[in-house]
Amino acid sequence: MIEIRIHGRGGQGNVTLAELIAMAAFYDGEAAQAFPSFGVERKGAPVKAFVKIDNKFIRSREQIYQPDFIIIQDPSLVQAANPLEGAKKETIVLINSNKLASEVCPGYTGKVYCVPVLKIALEIIGKPIINTAMLGAFAQISDLIKIESAAKAIKDNLGEKYDQKIIDKNIKALKKSYKVTEK
Amino acid sequence: MKNNKKQIVEGSHAVAEVIKNCQVDVISAYPITPQTHIVEDLERMKAEGKADFEYIRADSEFAAASIVLGASATGVRTYTATCSQGLLLMTEVLFCIAGLRLPIVLTCANRAVSAPISIWNDQQDAVTLRDSGWLQLYGETNQEVVDLHILAYKLAESMMLPVMVNMDGFVLTHTYEPIEISKESVIKKYLPKYKPPQNTILDVNNPRSLGDFAAPDVYMEIRQELHEDVLSSKKQITKLAQELKKIFGRSIGDNGLFESYKLNDADIVLVAMGSVCGTIKEVIDNQRGKGQKVGLLKVISLRPFPDEEIVEALKKAKYIAVLDKSISMGSEGVLAIDLKRAAYTKLKAKIQSFIIGLGGRDVTEKMIIKIINSVKKQDNKIQFIGE
Repeated sequence: MIEIRIHGRGGQGNVTLAELIAMAAFYDGEAAQAFPSFGVERKGAPVKAFVKIDNKFIRSREQIYQPDFIIIQDPSLVQAANPLEGAKKETIVLINSNKLASEVCPGYTGKVYCVPVLKIALEIIGKPIINTAMLGAFAQISDLIKIESAAKAIKDNLGEKYDQKIIDKNIKALKKSYKVTEK
Repeated sequence: MKNNKKQIVEGSHAVAEVIKNCQVDVISAYPITPQTHIVEDLERMKAEGKADFEYIRADSEFAAASIVLGASATGVRTYTATCSQGLLLMTEVLFCIAGLRLPIVLTCANRAVSAPISIWNDQQDAVTLRDSGWLQLYGETNQEVVDLHILAYKLAESMMLPVMVNMDGFVLTHTYEPIEISKESVIKKYLPKYKPPQNTILDVNNPRSLGDFAAPDVYMEIRQELHEDVLSSKKQITKLAQELKKIFGRSIGDNGLFESYKLNDADIVLVAMGSVCGTIKEVIDNQRGKGQKVGLLKVISLRPFPDEEIVEALKKAKYIAVLDKSISMGSEGVLAIDLKRAAYTKLKAKIQSFIIGLGGRDVTEKMIIKIINSVKKQDNKIQFIGE
């Protein structure tokens, strides 16, 4: 089983990102489970969301304490919320930042990718909504989900609430981020 | 079932979808905290013209329960959903609904009750209503929860008793996982249109009263009859679970009442309800790999409580740990109390009450292992396992 933990601030689409990863994995033929850390929903508060991916139905409802992947949507959380807690030696960390890994998490010796998804989101969506660009970076780095499945997940998940224009922009951000992210 | 029928959706959404597919006539709910996406989705379906039920937005849970009571008394299929403080606010009406023998189905998205304020999961809300005359069913996965709703309508309408379907708040309601939601055309085969028994409904052309005055010479017999009908719904649950399996190809436990998991040779048996049973199954498989003979008895029906069936399933156990996400203050976990009562003079095993997951405390696999190790010790007192 692969376990992914997402850290962000309320309003950054963290729970949606967890859902999108799970949906994409499901479209790829895997079983998946996504759930939020059940905080009180308010803008700006630290939020956690969890995704588990396996080849059979996931029974355990335990939260994720030793993630294989950690996604940090707001770099200020590295100092504020200890998102690296429970990281294993082989855990891969993705941080929304255009700085160097050594600047964002000084002293941390694990594998960290700083991905400038905010820049992509502002450029394409025009708003600091980074979760779909982060999904592209995650797809590229993790090799866990196909980019077409991620695009379908965006269409299916956002389709109920948003119009086609917004969905198209988010899929564009996803694909751009997937393309420019380097492993 | 074939995987291509499955989709990945949020638990709340899945419940809303299945309620729509059950051809419900009247829905009423209070839309604000502690509500879930279930009624939000149902309202949206109605607003978008995708559903033809009547949706009445109530100004409190008390009103919502009263509205479905009134609607059900006119002989139509009804639905409401709530939890926590909302369920407690409904309490007076819920007792009336059971006493009036109205076949209402309610989803309780189990959450803790105040004070202190908690919006998170435990099962204190529902178990507090165990004496009301409502049948209470608890699901482990979103699939089981959705299927329990289909069964619940058939059960309610065949027994003329209300049914509360319980799903752990957040842990199930907010979780995306693969699920098959049966279509209306398939559900119709199992659940025909609701036809209330003759001369039992409120009808302007044939005026009558329901639930009126019962003097001491009859009240007691009426209450006894309700109790006996709740008990006899056990057989109906088993029958309906078998029919459901035939039509939908999916099981609800061994018999609709409970599920036994690796019980045959188990010395240590955990007894629990709801989503935590998935975590327990995972732990059992791991511990069995280490040579420990552990099993699970997952209770699906808390009311009626299947005394004889559960006692029979547990007769080989030496140590029984009962895990409750609730507590009867000054006594023990509610499930533990029921099990001890059912086991009295019939089981020799040690039975101990463990309280877990109150107010949203994450129940970890480590905690389950701790309980497995504790129950073998001599101590018999109630234990709170919070870490």
